[in-house]
Amino acid sequence: MTGLQDRLTPQQVEDFGREMDELRQRVVADLGKSDVDYIQNVIKIQRSLEISGRALLFAGFFPPAWIAGVGALSLSKILDNMEIGHNVMHGQYDWTRDPALSSQRFEWDTVAPAENWRHSHNYIHHTYTNILDKDRDVGYGILRIDPEQKWHPYYLGNPVYAVVLAFMFQWGVMLHDLEFDRVVKGERKWSEFAEVRKRMLRKASRQVGKDYVLFPLLTGPLAPLTLLGNASANVVRNLWAFSIIFCGHFPADVESFTEQETENESRGQWYLRQILGSANITGGPLFHLLSGNLSHQIEHHLFPDIPACRYPKIAPEVRAICEKYGLPYHTGPLHKQLFSVAKKIVKLALPGSGRANAPEPSTLNRDRNLEAA
Amino acid sequence: MGRLAALAGTLLTPHGIDRYLELIDPMLVREEIRAEVTEVCRQTPGTVTLTLRPSRAWPGFTAGQYVRVSVDINGVRRTRCYSPAGSAHRPGRLELTIRAHDHGLVSRYLHRAARQGLVLGLSRPEGGFTLPDPRPEKLLLISGGSGITPVLSMLRTLADEDHRGDVTLLHYAATAADVPYREELERLGARPGTRVVLAHTRGGAGRLRGRFGERHLKEAAPWYRDARTYLCGPEPLRDAVAELYADAGLSERLHTEEFTPPSMRLDTSDASGRVRFTRSGTEAANTGRPLLEQAEAAGLNPEHGCRMGICFSCTQVKAKGAVRDVRSGEVSDDENEEIQLCISVPVGDVEIDC
Ligand SMILES: Cc1cc2nc3c(=O)[nH]c(=O)nc-3n(C[C@H](O)[C@H](O)[C@H](O)COP(=O)(O)OP(=O)(O)OC[C@H]3O[C@@H](n4cnc5c(N)ncnc54)[C@H](O)[C@@H]3O)c2cc1C
Repeated sequence: MTGLQDRLTPQQVEDFGREMDELRQRVVADLGKSDVDYIQNVIKIQRSLEISGRALLFAGFFPPAWIAGVGALSLSKILDNMEIGHNVMHGQYDWTRDPALSSQRFEWDTVAPAENWRHSHNYIHHTYTNILDKDRDVGYGILRIDPEQKWHPYYLGNPVYAVVLAFMFQWGVMLHDLEFDRVVKGERKWSEFAEVRKRMLRKASRQVGKDYVLFPLLTGPLAPLTLLGNASANVVRNLWAFSIIFCGHFPADVESFTEQETENESRGQWYLRQILGSANITGGPLFHLLSGNLSHQIEHHLFPDIPACRYPKIAPEVRAICEKYGLPYHTGPLHKQLFSVAKKIVKLALPGSGRANAPEPSTLNRDRNLEAA
Repeated sequence: MGRLAALAGTLLTPHGIDRYLELIDPMLVREEIRAEVTEVCRQTPGTVTLTLRPSRAWPGFTAGQYVRVSVDINGVRRTRCYSPAGSAHRPGRLELTIRAHDHGLVSRYLHRAARQGLVLGLSRPEGGFTLPDPRPEKLLLISGGSGITPVLSMLRTLADEDHRGDVTLLHYAATAADVPYREELERLGARPGTRVVLAHTRGGAGRLRGRFGERHLKEAAPWYRDARTYLCGPEPLRDAVAELYADAGLSERLHTEEFTPPSMRLDTSDASGRVRFTRSGTEAANTGRPLLEQAEAAGLNPEHGCRMGICFSCTQVKAKGAVRDVRSGEVSDDENEEIQLCISVPVGDVEIDC
């Protein structure tokens, strides 16, 4: 593993941290009505897509209507989960004090209850990003995604687990909070999760109730078609969310860290880890919107509570700062990043590091200067 | 309709029906309370009077109560308390009269920018500054400046009830030009049993001149000792009335509403410890001021309303540590306790989930 601490001199880390803080301050001071208008607009589009999708499925006997309905509903769920839910629940709009945009009150259109997810994601994942044994998003407790994870014959199924997880992603995200892997290892007790389970049961039955019972029943004889349509929309969203999220932290060149390395981290070192542990995905404005701007994973990890619509605008500055300090800025198109992740998942199914010939420079900024110090 | 709404609610989980209805029209919401401005009128140069039509969830109010009104200013929702000035017997209609404070954010915004069609957020009505039932035989209402609103609501409500007992409104304003509702006050004052006495602290014209004193009381309501008195006005007026009533042993008959926080006399010399705002990861040395001020000084922007411990807008969870209530002096050190930031001063280290 690349020593996190030897990248920059302590003075450089401090300067780097200060530049990041200043950038953040500038954006925060500039937040205002246009940011609220933006998210309200996205919400309006999402809700309209949702209503149209549901309505079109009432005419689902007509194949183009069914396809359009599934398309609209898939887009609605993608927008709801990614650009709206994920970002609102990060507190990106808490400064507006609008209860409908409050991180503590927002609930999203997926089976994972907001409250459980906020803890595991906002706190655990964003605080301990890519620290093995701490960040539970490393492999989701199911996959071997980092060579430092000890191999076990169970991991021979790595690619199969990944495919299943991709199709069932919303359920994966929900069950993730039960920390099965830790319960099995005896690190945590099943009984500790009583509240978490209760919330899951409540949320999941509501979601299943509307998508797989009520809406199908309302369409009468079309019930099977509607059910299939709703299930398809959920799967489309699952595949999309899985792809975007796995490309955010697990392409080959993204780094992971050990607990030791990150002890007593300063703010500058924390920023540094966020940059080394994240990767962006290139694409157009529509792609960024549909990815919830997680295509700007680096900016998101630096400033998780700044409205995501700001990420594309600050990205050039973040990149310039990285260049100035000789730090890598991982980025690449979706297909490349996905392929890189897939390759890693397959390689790591087998024992060994999967890293026979040193780090892969596939999508890496090639001029990165490891020994800037 | 109720069942249909319940079904719609289940179908529209997790966002709920209001989040879809509002896309058609913000006033269609069923659960949230909102109000649309239907009329804007500037009766005096420094005030604005808004007539509002509340949404269906508005439960009506009792004369003298207040509502928390929310308005979005540059993308941020601001909430302040206002006392409806209209009669409680006119459902479907609310009236607010707001004085623009020199540096005030919300009052100046509404004074300047409120227009027909603006939609505001409302809380349920709150507050115990209300008349008893049955109505007292003798009632004295004393107000100063914009403090007229809750007592005017009482006066109008009593008129709608055709109340026949003795009622006097003694109202203080700088000059005659600063008195809103002048014509209506005259009409109300002509009702049998009702008197309206205007006192001007600057300039003539009114019945009385200068500041509140026993002379004014005897002139406006000689029977004040037998009456219930309702008082709302600026701090000097409140203090003067309270002192006179205390000296006369009448404190129990005096009911007061406060728009502005009484100036807090805080001893900050022995402040110690550190204040940690955990959600935002900010930390600072305890200055001995209320936590709301300390949070603002630390660059945070917590929700708040009255800044005097009545509206509970600024309630947050104190995870650890002890705080003193500036009103009662009481210290509480329970873990994970809900406190109001505006009236809580840290005693040593505290951790607030904010
Ligand atoms: C129960 C209750 C009922 C109320 N009913 C009414 C009512 O019916 N009508 C009414 O008009 N008001 C009423 N108020 C008062 C109202 O809630 C607000 O406090 C008032 O409108 C001022 O709000 P603001 O946002 O304009 O001022 P804020 O911005 O909150 O400022 C508060 C005060 O500080 C002063 N200030 C702010 N910044 C500065 C600065 N930089 N320098 C100097 N001074 C500064 C302002 O001038 C103002 O006086 C009521 C209050 C309560 C608690």
